Amino acid sequence: MARITAGVASSHVPLLGVASDFNKDRDEYFGPIFAGYDWTRAWEEAEKPDVVILVYNDHASAFDMKIIPTFAIGCGERYKSADEGWGPRAVPDVEGHPDLAWHMAQSLILDEFDMTIINEMDVDHGLTVPLSMMFGKPDAWPCKVVPLAVNVVTYPPPSGNRCWALGEAIRKAVESFPEDLNVQVWGTGGMSHQLQGPRAGLINREWDNMFLDGLIGESDHLRRIPHIEYLRETGSEGIELVMWLIMRGALGKKTHALHRHYHVPCSNTAIGHLVLRPDNGEGLDMTGSGVTAIAAE
Amino acid sequence: MITEDPKHQDIHEYLAEMEDIPGTRVFTAARARKGYHINQFSMSLMNAENRARFKADERAYMDEWPLTEDQKQALLARDYNRCLDLGGNVYFLSKLFSTDGIPFAEAVSTMTDMKFPEYREMMMRGGRSPEGVRSIKANEAAAAAKKEDR
Repeated sequence: MARITAGVASSHVPLLGVASDFNKDRDEYFGPIFAGYDWTRAWEEAEKPDVVILVYNDHASAFDMKIIPTFAIGCGERYKSADEGWGPRAVPDVEGHPDLAWHMAQSLILDEFDMTIINEMDVDHGLTVPLSMMFGKPDAWPCKVVPLAVNVVTYPPPSGNRCWALGEAIRKAVESFPEDLNVQVWGTGGMSHQLQGPRAGLINREWDNMFLDGLIGESDHLRRIPHIEYLRETGSEGIELVMWLIMRGALGKKTHALHRHYHVPCSNTAIGHLVLRPDNGEGLDMTGSGVTAIAAE
Repeated sequence: MITEDPKHQDIHEYLAEMEDIPGTRVFTAARARKGYHINQFSMSLMNAENRARFKADERAYMDEWPLTEDQKQALLARDYNRCLDLGGNVYFLSKLFSTDGIPFAEAVSTMTDMKFPEYREMMMRGGRSPEGVRSIKANEAAAAAKKEDR
């Protein structure tokens, strides 16, 4: 049986991809951001996930205004890095897991989440930046990826509650997949940022940290935050944080935090990063030192 | 187990709230419809050949699109707040930022009352505080109360 062994949350600012690709990741500006991911890179090497279900949003790369799927799942064999206007990032192609993805799509639809199925697309910084942050610069990504794209650009995006429930349905789908797979769910985007209008540059350290706190433990109060609160408190693009709730919903009732990082700024954005274990009697390593202790196999 | 929360918001109340944030144009369906061609035009700049044609003659390239004169003027002037008013979305407009070869944050700063160095400095100091920019209605109520005090 496939199992969800961890959840990872991370911002996906495009500039982080540029910093990584042009070896600026240890300079004065980017050093403190990347240093907060060192723990996670060592931990991922020990964890060796087989598949990452990567929740992200497309930024006018694969999707334009012609078709706007609310929830879309990538069922393809392989995805190339998108050209976002300055040439595709020089990162490895992303290998899909069509067997798991199609299984998930079917299971999710039976659970009344009417997914859009994508067989061919390019993936932009929303997906490739988190891979760089968590895995560094390998010749090939060390795991397969099921892309799960969420519309957070054209209003209304899905509610936080719906995202959480989708996470719960993802857990059910993964656990009914017969093959033994170590699966992680990543929620990306955020944290506070506003990229438009006279109010651009908004950052809310206090609210962001309240949100990070809320992902840890047993409470599910975050799912009931209305869109307007994200907009008022975290800026117009802070709404991306609903994608983190898909990850959180997939971890079951209770979580335990293994690692946490927060930094302002990266360009216009607050960087937030959290590594979570599901804590519902799964018997996973809760020491927070997965690097030397027994990893979740 | 999949759990559900039965409380859902009324669409009119929801949309009214979206217009209550100072200095912000939320990309609602109304804006998405109005700006459809601005955004699809911007998207076309992802293609190198289109970028070259646009750069050679911006006006002529835009004339190939069913844009309004207002939209063309706003795009020519790189007046991004006006582009947002006319239905542009920042992720689509960013194709124009990269065509112009300016950093995303610099283009964003042109929508504020700051020059880029000043904007960058604000970000380094922790960004813009949400204090006083959460709600137009709340600000108006506070201003009215202050007036009454005097």
